[in-house]
Amino acid sequence: MSEKKVSVWTSITFWRRSAAWVTGTAVVLLMWLTFNTIGQISMGTDEDLQNGVKKRIPAPTVINYKIDYAYDEKRGHEVPVIGEKELFFGKEWSADEAAELLRHGKLTQQAKNCMNCHTLLGNGAYYAPDLTKAWLDPKWNDGTMTGITGKDTVEEAMAEFLMHPSQFPTHARMMPNLGITKEEAIALVAFLKHMSAIDTNGFPRNFSQSAKRLEGGTHAW
Amino acid sequence: MLGSIKSNKFQYESQKLAMNYFRVAIVLFGAQLLMGLIAATQFLYPSFLFEVYDFSVARMVHINALVVWMLYAMIGSVYLLLPDETGIEAVGIKLGKLAFWVLTAAVTVVVLVYIFIQVGPGSEATIWLINEGREYIEAPRWADIGIVVVVLIFYYNVFATYMKGEKTGIMTVLVADLFALAGLYLCGMFFTSNISMDQYWWWWVIHLWVEATWEVFVGSLAAYGLIKILGAKREIVEMWLWIEVLMLFGSGILGLGHHYFWIGTPEYWWEIGALFSALEPVPLVAMFVHVLYDWGKEQGHAEAGQAGHAVKNSPAMAWIAINAFGNFLGAGIWGFFHTLPQVNIYTHGTQFTAAHGHLAFFGAYATILIGMMYLGVQRAYAIERMRMTFKTKMAIALLITGILGMTVSLTIAGYEQVLVERADLGGGWDAYFIAQNLPWMLQAMGWRLVMGLVMFTGFIFLVADLFTIGKAKEHAEQESVGAAAA
Repeated sequence: MSEKKVSVWTSITFWRRSAAWVTGTAVVLLMWLTFNTIGQISMGTDEDLQNGVKKRIPAPTVINYKIDYAYDEKRGHEVPVIGEKELFFGKEWSADEAAELLRHGKLTQQAKNCMNCHTLLGNGAYYAPDLTKAWLDPKWNDGTMTGITGKDTVEEAMAEFLMHPSQFPTHARMMPNLGITKEEAIALVAFLKHMSAIDTNGFPRNFSQSAKRLEGGTHAW
Repeated sequence: MLGSIKSNKFQYESQKLAMNYFRVAIVLFGAQLLMGLIAATQFLYPSFLFEVYDFSVARMVHINALVVWMLYAMIGSVYLLLPDETGIEAVGIKLGKLAFWVLTAAVTVVVLVYIFIQVGPGSEATIWLINEGREYIEAPRWADIGIVVVVLIFYYNVFATYMKGEKTGIMTVLVADLFALAGLYLCGMFFTSNISMDQYWWWWVIHLWVEATWEVFVGSLAAYGLIKILGAKREIVEMWLWIEVLMLFGSGILGLGHHYFWIGTPEYWWEIGALFSALEPVPLVAMFVHVLYDWGKEQGHAEAGQAGHAVKNSPAMAWIAINAFGNFLGAGIWGFFHTLPQVNIYTHGTQFTAAHGHLAFFGAYATILIGMMYLGVQRAYAIERMRMTFKTKMAIALLITGILGMTVSLTIAGYEQVLVERADLGGGWDAYFIAQNLPWMLQAMGWRLVMGLVMFTGFIFLVADLFTIGKAKEHAEQESVGAAAA
């Protein structure tokens, strides 16, 4: 039987093979990129922090340091800046203690379902503010929330708020009481402080710059 | 549809099982809409059910019911088409039926725990027993393991039946696609303290499901539907299917990069994510063109008097056409709106994402799965030619008005949030609430609730139609048979 010559563009075999090759190539590329990314997003160590080695995700002991979020001329956006040491809940945490605290904080974050109201690193629900840089939010650092909760430090104010959120309402939309214990609250604050030190390529942009400008202004109805 | 429990005329047990999956799917679809209404109300009246049934709980059940009803309807669709494509009964049908009841029991327990226990202490036990607290895949670990077992049984059924029966192109694509779909779920089953690592793998499940494997799945369903409903030529449909696979996986797999802009991952994902996710709408255009082309061609043949090509199931065909358009509009256009990093730095984590999510899940998935349910009903009553009823049309009109209305409302809310909270004020607590309390946002949220109610009304018509369309048609056919005999 003579085979009729048909165009390759209408050949199922051609498209099947092409689909397999394209998919295979994409998968191989993704795996290669994944190996590279995993290396870059693995948590740094306490030594990295002590030696000033910058890691995209710093060690849990970053909670022992001052954290800022400042414009980087070279990269063209804001980056976390890890500064001098500061006490966290009145003490310096060892590497093991900090790792255990962060683990407890992350577990609590999942157990309390934070992500179905808030966003973390911009992912989650849109019913409450993004928590990526919550530790650095002017609301905690300008005396507002420390005043409302009657605490001296940011970490203590945050922990107090997390334990009794609906006792400190700032808007009609409030955070509900989730039964967060003192230990869980401290761990959650550590989790938030650690997250604020993650290099998010400049997200959120111009974090709270104008809000700082409008501080105590007329918008807060 | 529920009425078809006793009066089904299926040749194959596999197709009876498909109807069971569809029944649970439609119940969960209803649950999803109800939870959405509660959450939408809370945006306007924050004291509604405060500290009783909080937004976080309503929203968790809302999105979980969504994912699970779609998975149910997807499994149902596969059991429906499996004997048609392979020409034989599903190999392990007894095991398949057992798996259905196990899965349904597990889903019931998970939902009851979500609703009544809600949250637990910050410990491993909570993640194993109550919820995992990771958006979309909140199911506790015990349920994860159960899901894996049930999916393995399902996959065994598909694979073994494929190996034993006829190997069509549609089945080949499905067997490969379902393998990837099931395997990806494993990426979401571990705990880490590192939130960036957590979200890196979390996206492997979410993105590689909804923007790669689920899309290919939809392509396969559309191919099957076009053959069944229009009598489209298999060679052409399957050739298109392979082209769609090529383009969907070619763009969708590395399109994953658009979720890696801001979660701690390196900058090179900006370029990779931008390029490949910008290509993601291309296959959706192709799918749209393909469905309309086949529809027009076969309809044309029928009207020209070349017999046998007319639409055999007009409700299913309508939903497949809506799928082609909705997929392109919701996933393609609304996705592309905010996929470039230059835009996404402002839109990431705003109502813009919610607008896209609503239209994309409905347009790309809900539509075609509803179409598959109509195909199931047609088979259950052995109806030669199924026509739309008044209820079918009401369901279509109201569901589409509702989803488009919600999407437009949320897009407006998103614009406002992006401009005020992000671009002007730079995010943060005060910036967030200033934007949330502006009249533009409140109006948009009000319209979202109204449109949600419209959608719910459409859902009631849909359920009523699925319940009755088969029986009504059956009687009509019997009468016409009786009349002809007399």
